[in-house]
Amino acid sequence: MSTNAAPPDRIPQDRPKADAFLHVKDLRVHFPTDDGVVKSVDGLSFSLERGQTLGIVGESGSGKSVTSLSIMGLHAEGTAEISGQVVLDGDSLVGASAEHVRQLRGKKMAMIFQDPLSAMHPYYTVGHQIIEAYRVHNNVSKQVARKHAIEMLDRVGIPQPTSRVDDYPHQFSGGMRQRAMIAMALSCDPELLIADEPTTALDVTVQAQILDLIRDLQQEFNSAVIIITHDLGVVAELADDILVMYAGRVVEYASAHEIFTAPQHPYTWGLLGSMPRLDRERAERLMPIKGTPPSLINVPSGCPFHPRCSYAHLTGGASETERPELVEITPRHNLACHLSTQDRQRIWEHDIKPKL
Amino acid sequence: MTQTPGDSATAHPRTSGDSEDLLVVTDLQKYFPIRRGLLQRQVGAVQAVDGMTFNVRRGETFSLVGESGCGKTTTGRLLTRLLTPTDGTILFEGRDITHLSAGKMRPLRRDVQMIFQDPYGSLNPRHTVGTIVGAPFHLQNVKTEHGTKRTVQELLELVGLSPEHYNRYPHEFSGGQRQRIGIARALALKPKLIVADEPVSALDVSIQAQVINLLEDLQNELGLTYVTIAHDLSVVRHMSDRVAVMYLGKMVEIADRTPLYERPMHPYTVALMSAVPIPDTGRRTKRDRIRLEGDVPSPINPPSACRFHTRCWKAQEICSTIEPPLAELAPGHRVACHFPENLTDLPLPKVLDRDPAAPQDKPRDSA
Repeated sequence: MSTNAAPPDRIPQDRPKADAFLHVKDLRVHFPTDDGVVKSVDGLSFSLERGQTLGIVGESGSGKSVTSLSIMGLHAEGTAEISGQVVLDGDSLVGASAEHVRQLRGKKMAMIFQDPLSAMHPYYTVGHQIIEAYRVHNNVSKQVARKHAIEMLDRVGIPQPTSRVDDYPHQFSGGMRQRAMIAMALSCDPELLIADEPTTALDVTVQAQILDLIRDLQQEFNSAVIIITHDLGVVAELADDILVMYAGRVVEYASAHEIFTAPQHPYTWGLLGSMPRLDRERAERLMPIKGTPPSLINVPSGCPFHPRCSYAHLTGGASETERPELVEITPRHNLACHLSTQDRQRIWEHDIKPKL
Repeated sequence: MTQTPGDSATAHPRTSGDSEDLLVVTDLQKYFPIRRGLLQRQVGAVQAVDGMTFNVRRGETFSLVGESGCGKTTTGRLLTRLLTPTDGTILFEGRDITHLSAGKMRPLRRDVQMIFQDPYGSLNPRHTVGTIVGAPFHLQNVKTEHGTKRTVQELLELVGLSPEHYNRYPHEFSGGQRQRIGIARALALKPKLIVADEPVSALDVSIQAQVINLLEDLQNELGLTYVTIAHDLSVVRHMSDRVAVMYLGKMVEIADRTPLYERPMHPYTVALMSAVPIPDTGRRTKRDRIRLEGDVPSPINPPSACRFHTRCWKAQEICSTIEPPLAELAPGHRVACHFPENLTDLPLPKVLDRDPAAPQDKPRDSA
């Protein structure tokens, strides 16, 4: 752990508001291994209200999936050291008993995984899995639960739900399987839905259907949604706020509009500049971020992005030694970067913005 | 690079005047038999690729796009003759390679190489990088001026790796680096044509950009021709000169990059493009997205006539009875559809094989 004391967050949602539906403060998830401690998540803070969507964006090894598993309490006993606060509707999850979290899973919070084929049990029918989830949290008969399962399958757009409810996961196509998993996740009307790369494994036309479905269901159930992805197009479509993660930390956290129109972190610039665009005539050359993502065992000192940052030299050495704190630079726009406001705005206006 | 004499490593900038066809593909077909029973009788076939016709010009990047099951990967393997077509012809530099035996094909493998999608599965984990990239020289018995090792190290540098990586094993590298190793291997014998099957889809966004830039640089430097197979329409727009859209084994549209992306004509292409999420919050809720219903049908029993008619919002009866031919509706822009989108007022060529009773081809209102 860094020698700095946990930095005081100056995000407006810092003080646990009574009405912040989901509040995460300074979440740290470390995995001790023989090679060292893997610091998958190292100081994550955010808030989310019902009816809102948060997009967590990052590449492999940024810690985004570990974050969602931590919120859901899905890490195996004894593997992860979790500290910090996760408060869901007033209920504190970090340090809560496994049984308590299990009661909340499905009912209060549910997750959609990236690969439905490996996330669903291959030996049980889809209907059985939905019914099981429903009956854990609702004291109803099998018939009532089955009727509900069929309704959910219909709601997510699976044709012939009365017969498909008795099919096995492998009998569905990729898109239909993902819909079935969404039906399972939503069967108990959870207030928080976490979607971890829900469409990465799907074709683009099916992806569009699934994203539309998630959006429609969110409006209908007024759920809070966290969508985790590396695809900036997906978060542009769905997210109200976006949190950019790098090496287990938040580098930028702002509204989606701000992230796309006025991003302020060099990593965010790098991500936006390295994406080819469908809607534009071809740029001369993509602007990749040099280097490769860091190991989470040997996270670079100071700012973890500094070895790959083209502007690290402007910070007078701070980026190599001091970890930048997440501060609010403009209302509801939070940034962890050592660049001075002047330098940053100059670089944005002259170097980055014209090329994006 | 030091290699056998007579190599021609000059770049071939593409100009319309002296472009020639490196690859001419006509009515390419690949059906995979489905066998049942004790006697393994053929009861049906997966019609993976069904009647693809296209040319690839020297020095260009030609892309095949489509979703799962459209046959693009199979087409790529047919072009490199990792598979044998069940019908149709492939001409490489004017020579018919469709049914060449393995022995006759072997020398041609110097000229046609493949980059695979999976950087983890396409490298032998028990071989060092030096062995992997050096294998083509041994297999083809190619002697180099300063020895294979030196040439391999030069190749590693060419793709942005370090010569010291010669003795390392694949598991010591990241996905992006492994993909570079695969590229170095494909370049070893200075091929003329590289078929790149989803070369960047398994990589992180920031690494994708590095590899895309690398592929472009290599193309300019070495005069390579690429056939790219991809599903990511944004990457394809960036990399390609010409693009062909596939659906269920058929080519539904083929055009130069800009006309295809700015004025797609086949309804499937239009739907495909409207489905891609754009990183622009301004276009969020009010997108005129076309929602396709359902899933792609099975290639074992594809829909009759136009294979897209079961999901097409413009489908009429003719679409299920008469297969639309691939017709040139704008210069260099061929579409297989009875009711294409985005038509201009140009008069249609007479070659269209149309049922005279069918409705005339005024563009219909799109969904």
